[in-house]
Amino acid sequence: MNKEEIRTKALGVLAAVVPELEPAELAPDKSLRDQLDIDSVDFLNIVVGLAKTFGVDIPETDYRHLYTLDSLVAYLAGRAKG
Amino acid sequence: MTDFLMPKLGADMTRGRLVEWLKKPGERIARGEVIAVVETDKANVDVESWVAGTLEKILVEPGGDWLPVGTPLAVIAAEAGAEAGAPPAFAAAPAAAAPVTVPRQPPPPDVAPGAPPPRAPLPAAAPAAGGERVPVSPIARKRAGELGVDLASVRGTGPGGRITLEDVERAARERPAAAPAAPAADKRQRMRDAIAAAMARSKREIPHYYLGTTIDMSRALAWLATANAKLPVTERLLAGVLLVKAAALALREVPELNGFWIDGRAQASASIHAGIAISLRGGGLVAPAIHDADKLTLAALSQRLTDLVARARAGSLKSSEMTDPTGTITSLGERGVEAVYGVIYPPQLALVGFGKIVERPWAVDGTVVVRPVVTATLSGDHRATDGHRGALYLDAVARLLQEPEKL
Repeated sequence: MNKEEIRTKALGVLAAVVPELEPAELAPDKSLRDQLDIDSVDFLNIVVGLAKTFGVDIPETDYRHLYTLDSLVAYLAGRAKG
Repeated sequence: MTDFLMPKLGADMTRGRLVEWLKKPGERIARGEVIAVVETDKANVDVESWVAGTLEKILVEPGGDWLPVGTPLAVIAAEAGAEAGAPPAFAAAPAAAAPVTVPRQPPPPDVAPGAPPPRAPLPAAAPAAGGERVPVSPIARKRAGELGVDLASVRGTGPGGRITLEDVERAARERPAAAPAAPAADKRQRMRDAIAAAMARSKREIPHYYLGTTIDMSRALAWLATANAKLPVTERLLAGVLLVKAAALALREVPELNGFWIDGRAQASASIHAGIAISLRGGGLVAPAIHDADKLTLAALSQRLTDLVARARAGSLKSSEMTDPTGTITSLGERGVEAVYGVIYPPQLALVGFGKIVERPWAVDGTVVVRPVVTATLSGDHRATDGHRGALYLDAVARLLQEPEKL
């Protein structure tokens, strides 16, 4: 899976938690939390969605890699199966 | 025969609009089954029936006008021996109009401030197909509520006939002009109006007292880190789950704080249904219930909490979740607030607040150390309890959080 495919699937996970998400308006290098107005419950739902979608475990110590869309994609690219 | 009424889904609800019927005449209804979707000033809510029986007749079609709380929406032929369940607490409150279902009788005189309740079907903006519930994406359901689109009239083009956002917007474009869309700005204003009414009533009627205490969270967070390290991501716990469980369990020790002020006196609830204050993106908030929060395991409570927040923000709450909270828990810690002294949601008796978990100097056996702490607060109704009972409550919350393995 290349980075574009990961990005597309990751945006799908984000949209499932934040239906108001407009992918075109999401700055890839800025805080997802600030842009999407998400809290810890939303974030946990996103982590669960990413884990299921990409078939990876995401330990709490790795949450810092999910700060922006770019860092999230880079992190998943290094861990995703297939 | 029993009337199925426009429910009162909170102290701040005076009217609602029927969005969708999930049953059609002749179909059987189980007690507690969702049979309709109603739009309130705050959200679209799945409304459950409190009586088992058969849907006899639909009186109001979807997509019509806003109707006062208590307006008959349908007639249910109750099963022999079936009795309406305990009506929502709001139904018994002085300002409330009626329970969700009542034996068929003339409308109560104080129900409708405006026009009399309709006794015949109202004209619908779109034909109501009724029948089996089709799958609908959350965003499509939310958009349908905003546009006043009856989902029963929409043909789904998604996988398995799922109704998509595009289907809803196409239906809105193609329908007759009789049912105008509600602009988002109008919805936001209605939300603010509803909150204003409830909070003004609270401050007008409830003599609040406020208490706060700082709680050492080091044991709770250490236990949580150890537990989460062993759990798969799908079962991982948030610190907020420990706070909710401790707040719910402490209500067992001070039950006078758990319940409602009705007919001039406090009425404690035998069950502890924790209302969770949830902010909505775009503004406003709702506080639906996690039922029997004191009895749930942490894993179950976590699942309920994440599900409730997701559904609240997707506009898919159930009527019992809106009517049943016996107290409210709020937290603004995620945005850096260290203490929140909230306004009680009438007719409840108390509101518990949690701030941000922060590291602070903490004296232990004569030595200053750094500990993670949280400020817990209580807003209490002074008509029902005094500060002493409130202090006992916060003391119980603090004590429970020192033994997280027992939560």
